[in-house]
Parts: sequence; C-alpha cells; structure tokens
Amino acid sequence: MIVVEDVHKHFGGFHAVDGASLEIQKGSITGLIGPNGAGKTTLFNVIAGVLPPTSGRVFMGDEDITGLPPHELFHKGLLRTFQIAHEFSSMSCRENLMMVPGAQSGESLWNTWFGRKRIADEERALKAKADEVLEFLTIEHLADHKAGQVSGGQKKLLELGRTMMVDAKIVFLDEVGAGVNRTLLMTIADTILRLNKERGYTFVVIEHDMDFIGKICDPVICMAEGKVLAEGTLDEIKANDHVIEAYLGTGLKNKDKLEAGA
Amino acid sequence: MDFLNALVALSNFVLVPAIAYGSQLALGALGVTLIYGILRFSNFAHGDTMAFGAMIAVLVTWGLQAAGVSFGPLPTALLALPFAILGCIVLVLITDRLVYRFYREQKAKPVILVIVSMGVMFIMNGLVRFIIGPDDQRFSDGARFIVSARDFKAMTGLREGLAIKTSQGITVIVAVVAVALLFWFLNKTRTGKSMRAYSDNEDLALLSGINPERVVMITWIIVAALATTAGVLYGLDKSFKPFVYFQLLLPIFASAIVGGLGNPIGAIAGGFIIAFSEVTITYAWKKVLTYVAPESLEPSGLVQFLSTDYKFAVSFVILLIVLLFKPTGLFKGKAV
Repeated sequence: MIVVEDVHKHFGGFHAVDGASLEIQKGSITGLIGPNGAGKTTLFNVIAGVLPPTSGRVFMGDEDITGLPPHELFHKGLLRTFQIAHEFSSMSCRENLMMVPGAQSGESLWNTWFGRKRIADEERALKAKADEVLEFLTIEHLADHKAGQVSGGQKKLLELGRTMMVDAKIVFLDEVGAGVNRTLLMTIADTILRLNKERGYTFVVIEHDMDFIGKICDPVICMAEGKVLAEGTLDEIKANDHVIEAYLGTGLKNKDKLEAGA
Repeated sequence: MDFLNALVALSNFVLVPAIAYGSQLALGALGVTLIYGILRFSNFAHGDTMAFGAMIAVLVTWGLQAAGVSFGPLPTALLALPFAILGCIVLVLITDRLVYRFYREQKAKPVILVIVSMGVMFIMNGLVRFIIGPDDQRFSDGARFIVSARDFKAMTGLREGLAIKTSQGITVIVAVVAVALLFWFLNKTRTGKSMRAYSDNEDLALLSGINPERVVMITWIIVAALATTAGVLYGLDKSFKPFVYFQLLLPIFASAIVGGLGNPIGAIAGGFIIAFSEVTITYAWKKVLTYVAPESLEPSGLVQFLSTDYKFAVSFVILLIVLLFKPTGLFKGKAV
C-alpha cells in the first residue's frame, strides 16, 4: 500500500529521518513506536506531503507520491491527523466535518450562483453523513458546539471523524492517545478497529501507550534516531535487544522484573 | 437654543460625510483584512490596487462619455465599475502569479511578504501615474445632489441646509450591497467556507483536501473587486488623484487593525470608528454649538480640536490606543 524507500529528511545538520525504509500492508493497522525525537512525526510529515524529503521516495501502490501537496494526497485517499488536535475553531463540530469532502458542486463559482438546488441537495446529504459520523463517535450532542470549545479528547474524536467523511484508503494517526483519558482511549481503539474491519481502512498509528498498541496494532515498527530499528509483532519488538536498548530500555526490563516479581 | 438646526448642521457636516467616508474605509479595510486572514501578510499595495481599479474606471468612464453613453442621474462611473473590477482582477492575478506565488512556495515569512508588497506598491503606484498622470482627474457626472442644501431649506424652512451628494448616497448603498454579498459568500457558500477554514487553520485545511491555490485565487478576485469598488466610490466622492490612495492606506490599515486583522466584521466597524473620529475631531463645532449653547456661552473660536491636516494622526492615535489595550483589535482578530 505505502512503500517508503530510504527517506532522508535533514534540517540543516540535524538528520531527523536518516534513511528510513518501510512498507505498510493494505488493511493492516501498523504501529509506529520509538523514543521521542526518533523521527516518527517527521516521517509522517514527509509521507503526508507536509515536508519534502531531502532524498528518498514514497510510493502509494505503484504511484510515486513523493512531495505531492497534502490536498492532492487527500484526494488519493491518504489522510492524517495531528499530534495536537487541529480544528476549525470558529465552526461547529458538524461544520468541521462537512468541510472535509472536497470537490463538491458548491466549490465552483458558477454553481454558487446557478446550481443552487444541486448544492442544497449535496449539503443535505453531507449533513446527514456528518450527523451519522458524530453518532458513531458518540459525540452527537456536540454537533452545534463550536469546535474550538470542546475538550481535547473530543477534538481527537473529531479528527477521527474527519477521516470517516470520505472514503479514506489509508489514515495516519499521530498520537491519537496523547492527552486523552483511558476510557476515551479505548473508545478510540474500538473505533479504529471498527473502521479497519468495516470499511477496510489501513491505519498507521504513532502512539506511546503500549496497551493501546498491543490492542490494535499488528505489525509494530520501531524507529530510533531516524532509522527503522525493527519490525514485527509487539511481543517480538519487546524481545528485540536493539529496541530494548534504544527505547524501551531499562524501563521495560524493570517492568518485566516487577511483573515477574509480582 | 435651536435643537433642530443643530441636528441638521451636525448631520450635514459630520454624520453624512462620516458615514460615506466610513463606508469607503470599510470596503478598503475588508480587502486588507481578507488578505491578512488568507495570505497572512499586510498588503501595503492595497491602496495602489484601489488606485489602479479606480483609474480603469476613470478611463472607461471617459470612453463611455465620449461615446455618448450616460446613466441618467447616476454617475457613468457605475457603468464602468464592472470593467474596472475585471481589469483590476487581471492585474492582481498577474501580480500574484509573478510575485507572491514565488514567495508562497518558499514559505516566506510574513515580514518578507510585507516588504514584497511594498515593492509591488511602488510599481503599481508608478504604473498608475504612468498611465493617467499624477494630477487630479474629474470623472463624476450625473446629478450632483440627492438633496441640495437650498432645496432642503426651502422644504423645511430651517436656517441650516442638509445636502446629500449623489456620490454619498451611492457610496452607502453600494457598500451595503457589497458587504452583504461578501458575508453571504463567506458564510453560506462552500468556497467561502473553504476560505474561512483556510484562514482558521491552514494545515488542517490542506489535509482536508482544500486546494490552497484556489482559495488564494478567489481571495485575490474578491479583494480586487472590493478595492476597485472602494477606489471608485472614493474617487466619485472626492476626486481621483493617484497619490491620495497611497495616503488612504494609513486610515485603511488603522481600520483593519482596530477592528481586528482577519476579522471582516471588525474591518467594517473599524472603518466607521476611524471615519467618525477623524471627522468629529477635525470638524469646527462652532456652528452646532451656537445653536445648542445658551447665548452667553456661545463659542467665539472655531471649536476645532485639530486642523484637518492632522486627520491621519487621529487614526494613528486610535490605532495606538487599541494596540496598547487590546492587541487583537476590538473584534478579536489575529494578533499583529
């Protein structure tokens, strides 16, 4: 589905991504873990077209998508969410969702004036869809609230909802769990699993919460210092010496010891 | 004590001119605020964009007058307005293509874009003076007054006359129509919503599939239309002189910033705040006070707080006060 070939991204002398190669299988939920500063988000930004890579290629299927701008990738079905939830703060949650699907009749200036009925029909269908999504996410009571005023966790759900407004093929989630309480985190996990099963979305998830990763991700890719360190199931990753050294480190060993001790 | 005459004098010298001037500033400030909201820089070339649009209107008006076309009691310039808007759109789109797009692709900082817009300003300024010359040009025709002072006096029997110039009436009507259209567009149409979304959160807008080049293009089109309209209305009301539009830049920016940069409602409110302060502070109040004050207290001086030479200083004092106490402007725009 997505193939990343030897991508480098340098900021001056700093090599944020330093020769990362990986492959994401269609229909999978791939976890991307690694210590802070491992280059995960930068790699996301390169894949999603926010930053051009210094060198290397990104393919979607057979197509070379290296350096395409985000809005074109969106139309190819590649979506992402942000580490810190983004929203159109002055619009209601429903309007936020209705913003998403591109290429509507109302986009054309001609139709703005002369195709009123078609636009009205589309808007109605969109509104119904947005309400459906809000219900799916269990935040239908927030439909008319300004998106800037809902809680951080609800914004994260809204981000997820945005991917449901179009038929996304692959969704990159950047720390969906950050700043979200455990209960809501599990709701998000369930939503991701359902979207994966029912709609066939492929997911790539950056997350630090290992329970969350363990619950939904297979395979898991571990990055450190801009490179891909290991790939496999979470258990394999946890058992990998390089990974333990680079990231999970003594913390996990201690945790294992603690668990063994208990 | 003659309250009615005082009121008429007040309307004639303060209210009516300030409303017309405020409408012109509001239209200008709307253009500045839209550019700031969407393209994220202060467009110093805005005054000269207005001058360019107005210049085309002047030229087309002369052409129409020579061809014997007139618009009855209304100024012929109104017929020329659509052509002027088209011409101005072409100019700003070419400028965007040749100049601003390059810096956008570099992801240049707003400060750089501001300086770039200054360069554009000087070029446009030169272009306008090259084509039409630096002098005053008259292009208004049709009936000069909706209500003339003499008719008003004859009608009401009051000592004071109230004159409403055709250009003032047209200014207010056209401004109301333009603002209504703009707000309908921004709030009700899909493209307008895309513009608001892009202004609100650029990253998210891009990742929601909104094409930034399209949003930018439509913004320029709207800005060119607003700038030309403002420029033509100002030219009809006063007269057309290229350098005046450059000076107009100052109160326009003051309006946009006082209202809150990036906020269209703020731009309108700011326009009227600046216009009313300028007019009230530079008006000689003697006449009005003579009617209201008891005879013994009648002012002997002009009661003019500042000479009209200082009217731009008024905008700046207001600007400074607002920036000191409310840096995002009265209507919560983006911080400057």
